[in-house]
Amino acid sequence: MALEAIVERCRNLCDDLSFDCVKQWKSAGTSRKAIGHMPVYVPRELIHAAGMLPVGILGGGDQLDVIHGDAYYQSYICRIPRSTIELAVTGRLDELDGMLFPSTCDVIRNLSGMWQLKFPDKLVRYFDVPQDFDLDVGGVFYRRELQLLRDQLAELGGREISDDDLRVSIALYNENRCAIRELYAYRSAEPWQVPTPEVYLLMRAGMVLPVDEHTRLIHDYIAAVRAVERPVRDNCRVVVTGLFCEQPPLGLLKSIEMAGCYVVDDDFMLVARWLLDDVPTEGDPLKNLSDAFITYSVETSCKYVPKREAKGKFLIESVRKNHAEGVIFASPSFCDPALLDRPMLQKALTAQGIPYTAFKFAENTGQLQPIREQAGTFADSIKLWSAA
Amino acid sequence: MKTFIGIDLGSTTTKAIVLDSDASVLGRGITNSRSNYGIAADVAKQEAFLDARFFLFGKLLQDLPTLDGYLDEFLSRFEQDFRLEQYLDQLAELERACLDSATDDRLAKDGAETRALLADVFRQLDHEAPKLYAQGSSRKSDFFRDIAGSQYSRAAESVTQDSRISFEAMLNIYDRSIIEVENHISNSADEAKFLSALDRTCKQSPRFAGLLDELRQLVRRVLAYELEESYVVGTGYGRATLPFSKEHIRSEILCHGLGAHIMHPKTSTVLDIGGQDTKAIQVDSDGIVESFQMNDRCAAGCGRYLGYIADEMNLGLHELGPMAMQATRKVRINSTCTVFAGAELRDRLSMGEKREDIVSGLHRAIILRAMSILSRSGGIRDQFTFTGGVAKNEAAVAVLKELATENYGELTMNVNPDSIYTGALGAATFAQRAVVH
Amino acid sequence: MNTAVTNSAEVQKEDSMLLQKAMISANYDALSTAHEEGRKISSTFVPGNLNELLMCFDLVRNLPEINALQAGMRKKSGGYIMEAERSGHSEDVCTYVKSDLGMMAKGQVGPNGKPLPTPDVLLLSYTGCFTFMKWFELVRDEYDCETAMLHVPYQADGEITDNMRDFVVMQLKEHVIPTLERVSGVKFDIDRLREYLRESAKAEENLVWVLQSAKNRPSPIDAYFGGVYYCGPIFTAFRGSKQTTEYYEALRTEVEERLEQGLGPVTPEGVLDEERIRLVVEGPPNWTHFRDFWKMFYDEGVVVVASSYTKVGGVYDFGFRHDPDHPLESLADYCLGCYTNHSLPSRVNMLCNYMDEYEADGFLVNSIKSCNSFSAGQLLMLREIEERTGKPAGFIETDLVDPRYFSPANVKNRLESYFQMIEQKKAHGDAKTAA
Repeated sequence: MALEAIVERCRNLCDDLSFDCVKQWKSAGTSRKAIGHMPVYVPRELIHAAGMLPVGILGGGDQLDVIHGDAYYQSYICRIPRSTIELAVTGRLDELDGMLFPSTCDVIRNLSGMWQLKFPDKLVRYFDVPQDFDLDVGGVFYRRELQLLRDQLAELGGREISDDDLRVSIALYNENRCAIRELYAYRSAEPWQVPTPEVYLLMRAGMVLPVDEHTRLIHDYIAAVRAVERPVRDNCRVVVTGLFCEQPPLGLLKSIEMAGCYVVDDDFMLVARWLLDDVPTEGDPLKNLSDAFITYSVETSCKYVPKREAKGKFLIESVRKNHAEGVIFASPSFCDPALLDRPMLQKALTAQGIPYTAFKFAENTGQLQPIREQAGTFADSIKLWSAA
Repeated sequence: MKTFIGIDLGSTTTKAIVLDSDASVLGRGITNSRSNYGIAADVAKQEAFLDARFFLFGKLLQDLPTLDGYLDEFLSRFEQDFRLEQYLDQLAELERACLDSATDDRLAKDGAETRALLADVFRQLDHEAPKLYAQGSSRKSDFFRDIAGSQYSRAAESVTQDSRISFEAMLNIYDRSIIEVENHISNSADEAKFLSALDRTCKQSPRFAGLLDELRQLVRRVLAYELEESYVVGTGYGRATLPFSKEHIRSEILCHGLGAHIMHPKTSTVLDIGGQDTKAIQVDSDGIVESFQMNDRCAAGCGRYLGYIADEMNLGLHELGPMAMQATRKVRINSTCTVFAGAELRDRLSMGEKREDIVSGLHRAIILRAMSILSRSGGIRDQFTFTGGVAKNEAAVAVLKELATENYGELTMNVNPDSIYTGALGAATFAQRAVVH
Repeated sequence: MNTAVTNSAEVQKEDSMLLQKAMISANYDALSTAHEEGRKISSTFVPGNLNELLMCFDLVRNLPEINALQAGMRKKSGGYIMEAERSGHSEDVCTYVKSDLGMMAKGQVGPNGKPLPTPDVLLLSYTGCFTFMKWFELVRDEYDCETAMLHVPYQADGEITDNMRDFVVMQLKEHVIPTLERVSGVKFDIDRLREYLRESAKAEENLVWVLQSAKNRPSPIDAYFGGVYYCGPIFTAFRGSKQTTEYYEALRTEVEERLEQGLGPVTPEGVLDEERIRLVVEGPPNWTHFRDFWKMFYDEGVVVVASSYTKVGGVYDFGFRHDPDHPLESLADYCLGCYTNHSLPSRVNMLCNYMDEYEADGFLVNSIKSCNSFSAGQLLMLREIEERTGKPAGFIETDLVDPRYFSPANVKNRLESYFQMIEQKKAHGDAKTAA
């Protein structure tokens, strides 16, 4: 498939707020179910093992006017919950048979309760993950929570989810993780070949496509990109962080690149990159999933960091590994996790002599000029400094 | 007769309404708000009583066969002439105040010359006055401060051109004197003024000249009516400072809700976009408020937003609506913050977008904010009444209608040209109900 | 909450208030001198505060939320917040956190005018509020002190499951208690804990009686502004002590007397003698303008008969008592049951119950900009409760301790409109039934 066609397809999937592809997937089988989830993390393997399609709901973006959604939120709360409710009350999420809310923050947490009040006949689950990372304490809690989800999905789907089902799903998601690692490694090595807006669209496509189809799409993209030669620019290399929940408009990512920065690592669509390594398929799959979460998850603002010295380590490692020259903190306005964490992460970077810049955005930010200016100035200062 | 008064002290204007015992409107008055709320309230009230006198006079004239077919023309002429008399009176007061202010001990050697220039200025103003109130004339404002201010300014500029007295000095004298004049509360039953106005009207039109004596008698009759102020209710921002006890004060939410109900009895939802705040009110079938939401911390979504835009574009507020109606493309303005609206405007202009399209987009943005507040208050229910200064903006009305029907279905939207009086009407109704029930 | 009201003699006070003031004062003094006396200091949060457990280790208890609240009432928090914002903390985040960080930056001076020492251990009771997690990460970053995480899972489906309880108990056994032992040098004695829990239960019994006295007409208490004082000891550094038991006995006696005499609540402006409107209020109060805010209610004869804020540090009026026979499980249930750890549907049910049981005329939400845990979803709760109870609902917006977010004119305007709305509805309703 040609490169443009792949990107175009991803673009359409990303822009489709009516989720036609989910409708199509459901009608292609009998009594198929789709389970929506908000950003950050849910164990998609489990949903897949139930024969259901996990659908990432990432807000309404910059093309959706929020009219009804504002009835539910005061002005000092971010936009993603209001556009998510807007999608729901305007019928765009009718194809979903359930909705999972990860433990991102209090706004998303409370949204799960709002969903229960508004849509009592759908499966609604607040998915709490442990902030205790002892396999025998948090691990036990988490394993039981996973089992509970397994039981709920089984009831909804009308069939048991066997260990073998789960092993098959885990294997498929391992492949997906592998493909994504390959994509990110390629971008890190040759960022001019793999523009970040394209990576973003590919990752968004993974939120609505069946996992094996997504894996194939990534491989197709990589092959198509290898076949072309794209011009190298004198850009500096940056890691962008803060984009784990409310999503930036595509224009924002383009602006960062246009301003002279190659994004060599980011935190969008963490759900697909949460587990840093493959999950073993032999043995008890539920325990494997649970242990994987406890022992090798990403570090992100929604999580607790047990040791003071470890704060920011993950970000610093990402900078080192990807030979980045600086960090851009792009936090959504009013985002508690991102904004509370930011000073600590910045302190850690300063201690390592890593420069950074920071700004706030919203999923419908229209004014990209200030961001271009800021990113451009940052890029210039990095180049000047490294030249000195 | 018993009358019931409602006074709404807004941030820009103060309004008053006078009702009779049957809750019918006798008169409406409006003046610019000022720092002394008590005086603003009194001025508005007197204006309303003046309006009431004209109304009663008009009723008397309805039975007069000689004015058949010309009643409206006569009344409109008469009222204009009355306003002219009023204006001339106020000009005379202003002249006296200015001359007093241009005393020798203040201006030393410039005193005499300044007073001479002032005499020139006021001669000019007196001369120009009838034109302002002539048939078919349009004034930017009906408030003395606005009219006299711009007239004086122009005249002062021309007289000081070849003088050693500076334009600024003349302006200072004006500034010192205007408040005193503005705060002078005229008597609404001033017979002399009515009669001179009547003379003027009849003199200018042969058709009416022969009726002068008869009309004089009728005017005297109307002025002799006792309009008893049986109960007053105050509302609006300045209400807490009114010299009224608590029973005579009502929140503007309640007054607005009730006022909208009186104007349009089938009203269920009221949206008021004022200068400083936006209110969404749900009322029941009796005009009693069921729920409300306000946007009072943020200018986005208030009239002020449009004010900033007008300033940015160097336009008059009243020019924004017509410009927006000329839009051909849909432009999405995402900045909900007033502070950034200007920046986004400039950005888009520099990208080559048309002014009309951008202004239309900005209207949409302000109405979207109002939609948020409406949805928080319980949505838009049939019938939907839109009040406040922004309701005069045709582009705002068009976008609101579109969004309302899109999101809440077909409904009747009421936009009343008298909607600025909604709060005062509600207050007056409360006053009437306090006594009559 | 623990508020040492240092106003002039015109302010009305009861004996229980003076008792509380002495307890708070003594605690701040104990904090100031703790290290000199060889004692260790713990910091924890109000929701999920395991005071009885901390007392087992002879720790002197510090509550940063209370320090922030005190700073608010003493008009110091504004300066602290600006200090924190200057050093890079966002305008958008919780003002309790910024007040605390700002206070730390400016010498950590307590309400008693003396510097508060660095805590030795942070008991990060992650209960009902995400911000708590980051707050103590920030404090830990500043002080480099021991931190014990206690993750209290969210009651998302309106109930406490065995898994949730087991998880909390396991954390206590495996992590929290060993850390506290290590830091304090005191061995854990479960019987000592039982004793403290026994005392707690006694105090809780009397607290609930006091809160439920508001069911009477007229109500002898104000369950929001006044309620803040009533919950003080039990929500903070004192639950489980004999002093607290005495406090609640004294408080109950006082309220019993008021009830007998048919008296309304004591307020800083005087006794409210004409109860005109009864309200249920959701959300924390504002601290920077606490007295002015209360006066807006007092002036209109409005009494709050029940509030959710008085349950933020523990819900006791639906039957829960600390249980000495199952100490660790009891601690877990206590944490899990704090108000902000309840699901939204649960909260709606609780508030509707209050509307009914306490015969309220209306429901008011004070929406706090800082606190997403309380605030996100309040607009839906508002409509839901209005629909279910048929009573009018009101909505105002303020903040905890940032004075820039309390606009007295706007708040007064909205409140007056709301109160008048209620009266109109009542009058009209009566007219309709009469007709």
